[in-house]
Amino acid sequence: MQSTGKIAIRTDHLTRHYQMGAALVRAAQDVTLDIAAGDFVAVLGSSGSGKSTLLNLIAGLDRPTSGAILAHGRNLAEMSSEELAKYRSHTVGIVFQAFNLLPRMTLEENVELPLRLAEVDRNERTARVREAVERVRLGARLTHRPTELSGGEQQRAALARALVNRPTILLADEPTGNLDSATGDEIMLLLREINETLGVTIVMVTHERPRAERFAHRMIQMSDGKVVSDGAPQ
Amino acid sequence: MKIGDLAELAGRNLREALLRNSLTTMGIAVGVASLVAMLSLGVGLQNLANDRLARTGLFDAIFVTPRSNYPGFGRPEGPVTMRKGPPRALDANARRQMEALPHVAEVYPEIRFPTEIHYAGNPYGTVVAGVPESARADGAFDGMKGKFFSSPSADEAILQIDLAKQLSSQPDSLLGKEIVLRYAERQALPPGPSGKDSAGGGISIVPHEKNLRVIGIVETEPAAGIGGFGRGRLLIPLEVAETLQATQANDLRDLLRDGPARRSYESLTVRMNGTTNVKAAEDAIKKMGFSAFSLLDASRNLSLVFAVFDLFLGIFGSLALVVASLGIINTLVMAILERRREIGVLKALGAADRDIRRLFFVEAGAMGLLGGIFGVFIGWLIGHAINFGTNIYLSRRSLPGISVTSVPWWMVAAAIAFSIAVSLGAGIYPASRAARLDPVEALRYE
Repeated sequence: MQSTGKIAIRTDHLTRHYQMGAALVRAAQDVTLDIAAGDFVAVLGSSGSGKSTLLNLIAGLDRPTSGAILAHGRNLAEMSSEELAKYRSHTVGIVFQAFNLLPRMTLEENVELPLRLAEVDRNERTARVREAVERVRLGARLTHRPTELSGGEQQRAALARALVNRPTILLADEPTGNLDSATGDEIMLLLREINETLGVTIVMVTHERPRAERFAHRMIQMSDGKVVSDGAPQ
Repeated sequence: MKIGDLAELAGRNLREALLRNSLTTMGIAVGVASLVAMLSLGVGLQNLANDRLARTGLFDAIFVTPRSNYPGFGRPEGPVTMRKGPPRALDANARRQMEALPHVAEVYPEIRFPTEIHYAGNPYGTVVAGVPESARADGAFDGMKGKFFSSPSADEAILQIDLAKQLSSQPDSLLGKEIVLRYAERQALPPGPSGKDSAGGGISIVPHEKNLRVIGIVETEPAAGIGGFGRGRLLIPLEVAETLQATQANDLRDLLRDGPARRSYESLTVRMNGTTNVKAAEDAIKKMGFSAFSLLDASRNLSLVFAVFDLFLGIFGSLALVVASLGIINTLVMAILERRREIGVLKALGAADRDIRRLFFVEAGAMGLLGGIFGVFIGWLIGHAINFGTNIYLSRRSLPGISVTSVPWWMVAAAIAFSIAVSLGAGIYPASRAARLDPVEALRYE
């Protein structure tokens, strides 16, 4: 799905510095960009370029040193920690490179977890979990624990968990980083499907340029905490 | 997060490190058990003391006598303030008036008189005392041989062991036997022919006999309170003793003051329903014009002593629980280290700091609840073991069994509530530390 023209995420002179020992790390410096609703954006860069910091700031997991991040017009920098938790629960879904499924829970329980945190009614949960799991084609593995799933299945389960609260923004931090090429492509196809059918804005951090060029509508290159290039794939 | 979901997640987390959490919970249980055992001993001893004192009739009784116009023996020399008019007679009217006071259980006179009994053809001098029916229920005759009076008007007698030994070398053989009571009955004479003395013609003392069946023997003097029947050697129902109209020590005073037709009591014992209203009743009786005496202040002091005793036992018992709370802190801090990444994931999925804090609180509270329940059970078992050991010791000394520990329901509830409160208190630091975790740092944690 191409962007609708509405702005989903806007960063305005976004800066994040933090202290590491005696050194001041400038993880994000004066980042200003708009991401349209329904867009599929890839953020590229080498290790330490600031792409994960940018993602964490957009996710509301981290707070900027200065500048603003607006998600659907609301400035995350001015939100209380309680409001940020609600934002993470209802507006964004996050998938990680390491999947981060809770090992002692079944797939169904892992996917249900955001619904518990959002205090969704127990009767509604089963249908919502079923819908999310069917979307990632894991309906037959509901009772399996993460250790009983392949890497690709675990990442699909993580995608189901990220989507179960019907977010408008999906943030993916190296979603194919722990997967082989074929499985990585499966996940990317799934992300494209989610973007096209649900209209979810996707911001994906990756260091795999060819894959980003294949699937993303827009590529933002970062280096030393700064945006060095921004545009459509070649 | 809703409380049901919090409880479910907390239960899952506790099961995850089952051994460690079980050991921590057992630590709490031992602490609570120590507290419950200590307090049960304090409460048990207080109950025992209260029970024994209640049986003496010392603390729920008011001893009433008529006011005297005469200075007593041993009073300091000097001018004596004499009351105007004759003192009010402690008679049947006064007794009824006292019975009508609120919270009065019963009012009974002290009837005790010297007598002679005949058994197997031999006479024996002794003292008879009337026993009120209430003695059946208040345990004054617990441990006696035989049984209590079959009715308040039964012609039956209970013997003190000393008297029984006088009557027979085998005291137990007296049970069911008849004895003859010879006593001096007071009878009012008709007014004299001279008519000079308007009060009447005086009294005559007439010997009488009454057959009584021995139905019980008491080994120890029954506790009967102030002005009670404890000093009698031959005990008969009070109602029977009253109908005998036996001559008593105050008959001469009654005759001089009121004439032969009117009888008054030497003293009355007013038994209250508990100790709460003794003071009010005592004041009311004094206003009626009688002397009244109770040991209420002694009872209050005893309660104070036991309250302090229980407080110290509670403090010592709680020390183990305080030590156990350190175990909770240790367990939960370990859990934060182990579940650091999980806390990061929960925050990324929308958990607020408050949710994480409450999750750890529920885990601490659950350990407190389980530890409290187990602890109360263990404490109750310890209490029973103390009772068991005490009763073995007492039975070897041929003493009746007692209960020195008591675990009332309020103690069960309070111990569990205290255990939960201590556990929640111990959970404050780990819970706030977990809630404050930076999600980005936590997600990086391997």
